Amino acid sequence: MQLRGDRPRRPSRLRRQSPGSNRLFWAALAAPGIIWLAVLFIVPFYAILAIAFGTINQLFGYPVAVWDPLHWSSANFSAAMRDVVGTSAFVGPIILRTLVYVAAASLLSLLIAYPAAYFVARFAGRRKGLFLVLLIAPFWISYMMRMLAWIDLLQTNGYVNKVLTSLHLVSQPVNWLGGLGPTVVLGLVYGYIPYLILVLYAGLDRIDPALIEAGRDLGLGRVRTFLRVTLPLSRQPILTGMLITVLPMLGDYFTNQLLSGTTGTTMLGNVIDDQLSTPGLQGEGAVFSMLFLLVLVIPMIYYVVATNRSSRAAT
Amino acid sequence: MTATRAPATDAGPATSRARRWLPARNPWRHPWFLEGFTWIYLIWSIVPIALAVLFSFNNGHSQSVWQGFSWRWYYADPVNSVLHDPALHAAVVQTVRLAVFTTLIAVPLGVAFALGISRWRSYTASTFNFVMILSFVIPELIFGVAMFFVFTVLFTSVHLGTLAEVLALVTWNVSWPAIIVQARLVTIGKQYEEAAADLGATQLQTMRRVMVPMLAPAIFASAVLVFSSVVDDFVLVDLLNSNVSNTPMSVYIYSQQHGGNGGPALNALGTIMLVLSFVIAIIGFIGYRWMTRGERGSRVAALTTIAGAEG
Repeated sequence: MQLRGDRPRRPSRLRRQSPGSNRLFWAALAAPGIIWLAVLFIVPFYAILAIAFGTINQLFGYPVAVWDPLHWSSANFSAAMRDVVGTSAFVGPIILRTLVYVAAASLLSLLIAYPAAYFVARFAGRRKGLFLVLLIAPFWISYMMRMLAWIDLLQTNGYVNKVLTSLHLVSQPVNWLGGLGPTVVLGLVYGYIPYLILVLYAGLDRIDPALIEAGRDLGLGRVRTFLRVTLPLSRQPILTGMLITVLPMLGDYFTNQLLSGTTGTTMLGNVIDDQLSTPGLQGEGAVFSMLFLLVLVIPMIYYVVATNRSSRAAT
Repeated sequence: MTATRAPATDAGPATSRARRWLPARNPWRHPWFLEGFTWIYLIWSIVPIALAVLFSFNNGHSQSVWQGFSWRWYYADPVNSVLHDPALHAAVVQTVRLAVFTTLIAVPLGVAFALGISRWRSYTASTFNFVMILSFVIPELIFGVAMFFVFTVLFTSVHLGTLAEVLALVTWNVSWPAIIVQARLVTIGKQYEEAAADLGATQLQTMRRVMVPMLAPAIFASAVLVFSSVVDDFVLVDLLNSNVSNTPMSVYIYSQQHGGNGGPALNALGTIMLVLSFVIAIIGFIGYRWMTRGERGSRVAALTTIAGAEG
């Protein structure tokens, strides 16, 4: 303190809180990230808009972006609408199928992930580390490797068919990879469940055991304690966990390609992915991406607000 | 607990009946059903991958019929092994290259962003914090489409390929360090910074001598997460690669398997990815434990941090 003896001691506190150089320092630290996000996150979304409302070069089929909103064209929109509701509509059934697959896969994931996460968070005791390593392991294994694992197992001469035929559950091997909806749903569950289980575990682990014990002490049975104490307290992790699995599932286009590859299991992600690589349809792809984003904006903002609230509650 | 034990201390026929049903209704008994369910889940989640790893050592072309052990798909086969097939070889190199570049750019960017945003109270700061979290939850396909358009229509000097892949991956992953460092800043609190300032340190000195050392575990954990999520990334690089020299492992596996060219060499490639990720995870776990030694917090906490459960 004597080093800066020329300054009065108490006002040193004021000096720190005063704006000016301080604010500039923090702003300078944040600036590279802000510029990066502005140029490579916000601008790209405007590019989607400009292409969705843009036109298509008639000769070569490449998209022409229109950056000025005053000159926006609705050509791509009407093309997209024709595909959704018109006479040659093919996107409507695909959207419906996407919703059914994702609903089935996310509910199944929750039914599998919740009990496992609950057990590890509450009852694993001293073996918690072991269980957690095993729960987290798939999180570190590439999605493609996990799909490859099921492609190996589900082949006509694979182990699943071998086990089923030896148990006489099926008379002849099933062609699991030939375009079956349940195979795709299984793939989605297997692919995204590690993320869900981790969020559920983190949430359930935070529940104070004293609250559950209090429920039991006050005479509730196991089931009713669970329904009236644990379940309401785990609503937040369930919601965030479902969001974190449903959002990528909706945009998934590779699981069904690997596990079925037929048009009978096409999802919305495939439509966008195909249009992106087809000259003349890229503008329509931009329209579908934009509409898709519009639908998801509400759950996404909900997620941001919810995580903000819970992190503020943690402080 | 005393209430349930009381009858056991009494002798006599009156309590023997009570004792018979007491163990059955013990409210604190071990949930064997749940434990069994958890084990079945774990077997279901791990055994298929173990089998896929096993088939990478298959001495034959099948991915489903075991024909004996061999290293042929790794290096022994002079044409089709990962070591000798140029496309497979390039895929491994590209994955490592993308992971290193992305980590080197995204981590400093995200850490500085987190520090600046959390202390710079302004409208711009809170807006961009929101944008950053949005980039964390947006479906990857939509972000990939946006990146594809921006590099093919607007910033056309960035051609599809390694540069486009790195730029997209950095944007996609910058939220890991930003979120984890912000969370760590909250737990550290402001008192250390204030103490340093009271002792006469300048802001830059406070950063270098106080904040960065205290944030080291968070920075390290986020670097591990960024690296491993780039290794596993598929959608962005699938949309932004242009030829075989900038196709990483995940895209190569997908395109070959989907194109009907599957085979144990793909399993070998997948196994290499798996080993790479696990080595990073183990380094991450040990490093994080070492950096947070002397702090309260268990192995379990280190595990969940390394897996990104903080965010």
